[in-house]
Amino acid sequence: MDKKMIATRDGLGDELVELGKKNKSIYVVDADIGKSCKTTTFAKTLPEQHVNVGIAEQNAAGVAAGLATCGKVPFVVTYAVFGSLRMCEQIRQEICYPNLNVKIACSHGGVTPANDGASHQCIEDMGVLRTLPNMTVIMPADYWAARRLVEAAAKMDGPCYLRFTRDAIPVIYDENAIFEIGKANQLKEGKDVAIIANGDTVRLALEAAEVLEKDGITARVLDMHTIKPLDVDAVKACVNDIGKIITVEDHNIINGLGGAVCEVVAEMGKGIVKRIGIQDQFGQSAPYERLLAINGITTEDIAAAAKTLLK
Amino acid sequence: MNKEITIAELKEKAKQLRKTAVTMIYEAQSGHPGGALSIADIVSCLYFREMNVDPKNPRWEDRDRFVLSKGHVCPIQYSALGLLGFFPEEDLHTLRKEGSKLQGHPSMNKCPGIDISTGSLGQGLSCAVGMALAGKRDGKDYMVYAVVGDGEADEGQIWEAVMAAYRYHLDNLVVIIDNNGLQIDGTTDEIMPQLDFTKKFDAFGYDTYEIDGHNMEQIVETFDKIHAAKDGRPKFINAHTVKGKGVSYMENQLAWHGMAPNDEQYAQAMKELEEGI
Repeated sequence: MDKKMIATRDGLGDELVELGKKNKSIYVVDADIGKSCKTTTFAKTLPEQHVNVGIAEQNAAGVAAGLATCGKVPFVVTYAVFGSLRMCEQIRQEICYPNLNVKIACSHGGVTPANDGASHQCIEDMGVLRTLPNMTVIMPADYWAARRLVEAAAKMDGPCYLRFTRDAIPVIYDENAIFEIGKANQLKEGKDVAIIANGDTVRLALEAAEVLEKDGITARVLDMHTIKPLDVDAVKACVNDIGKIITVEDHNIINGLGGAVCEVVAEMGKGIVKRIGIQDQFGQSAPYERLLAINGITTEDIAAAAKTLLK
Repeated sequence: MNKEITIAELKEKAKQLRKTAVTMIYEAQSGHPGGALSIADIVSCLYFREMNVDPKNPRWEDRDRFVLSKGHVCPIQYSALGLLGFFPEEDLHTLRKEGSKLQGHPSMNKCPGIDISTGSLGQGLSCAVGMALAGKRDGKDYMVYAVVGDGEADEGQIWEAVMAAYRYHLDNLVVIIDNNGLQIDGTTDEIMPQLDFTKKFDAFGYDTYEIDGHNMEQIVETFDKIHAAKDGRPKFINAHTVKGKGVSYMENQLAWHGMAPNDEQYAQAMKELEEGI
């Protein structure tokens, strides 16, 4: 595995510039945190496609909706906690209900803004937004996943929420990896347990699979980058082929990836799921890896959960 | 756009709009007559004189845009759209009915001629800013007209949008406040005093106009001035209006914010709107 470390927000910023150069309809709507969301190059090189509304996220959502009615493809770029919760009703009323082609692209997802503390960490966003009709919800697992999924989001017509990391995480894909919105990427095949992860925890799922292999346990690892629409077929295949599933996410265990997977499994009437994620509690200022560990989101925790399921 | 239309004809259109809107609310036995009647004269002038729209091509990209940020008074806009032929006039009898184009609050994907879905107060003006900005960036000369309620201006997002329009020099945006002085729980002075809207917008860098929102001569004259004043400043009209204007028992009455008339009240409303109070 390539251990190069890079934050997925960099993937967002780099891809937006590429897309914006090719397509003059691509707009970025910033809310005064372009610097930390990596849109500075876009603003400098494509000023005619850039808007900064200041510290006014609710207005950003509405301005983007208005731009979309005029054929633009606006990306509202801010932090996850503002882009999902501060703007939530604006997203519902002016973006999802009219089904407008607006992308909400947010850095600082999960506990990745670690040192900033609970106010800036966002553990609720994907769950809240996946309950909105017409919305697509995505979290890429690394820099290249971020680039390809931003590209895919720009191509699809309709509202889409994308969530990126503030902190650097390992690069696990290469430049040519293929992504399709709504279709999980199987990164590893196995027969004893299925580990379904997304975002910055996919790397942990892969590491856990390696650890388990040493004990003769093989794991299927899925990168479920899109939690809505969920790749239901991939989840059903895990139940039918393996029956034991662990979900891993840097998000509240309520209503995120684990919740979405459980909805499918519960209706199948067979299979068992263990959810690993934020334990329905606010974070604190602490190193990123510590915040994950406090919530039981480590390679060791995933491996231990697998062994428990196999008992 | 029809600059040839006379003041008398615009007044007649406004009368038609009022009668149609009240009829829709009566038939639905649900809706918001007070604010629909207060903005009727301005809506009449916009749709029958000022705006470049094409009923056969509602999403025509060069059209002027109309954003009803106070979406609950949509029957007055539906009336204009129906009379202009954006949809068959018989659809005007389907307000708030299952499967209707004419939702309780406007839906752009259901009703031709609605430029953005609204209903949740405080949000439409931001969308209008986005539309005006797109027009500027694309070098188009369309106008964007946004009607905001005086009570609606309690919402902080209105002022976020107001600032953004100044920042981006949107002189193609006209913000109209339907200043009828009433909101649901009381007068605006009791609930949340806005003091002087004109002074506020002046401080926010707007080209401001203060008018009697029921004086058609003044309305026409104001829009003419606005079209001649492309000076980089967004436009603001402080329209002093009467909630429930044209129906005696509705005028300035809080209760008629969101209530439908009964048979007797409806007959009286039609008579007064036709003959004057």
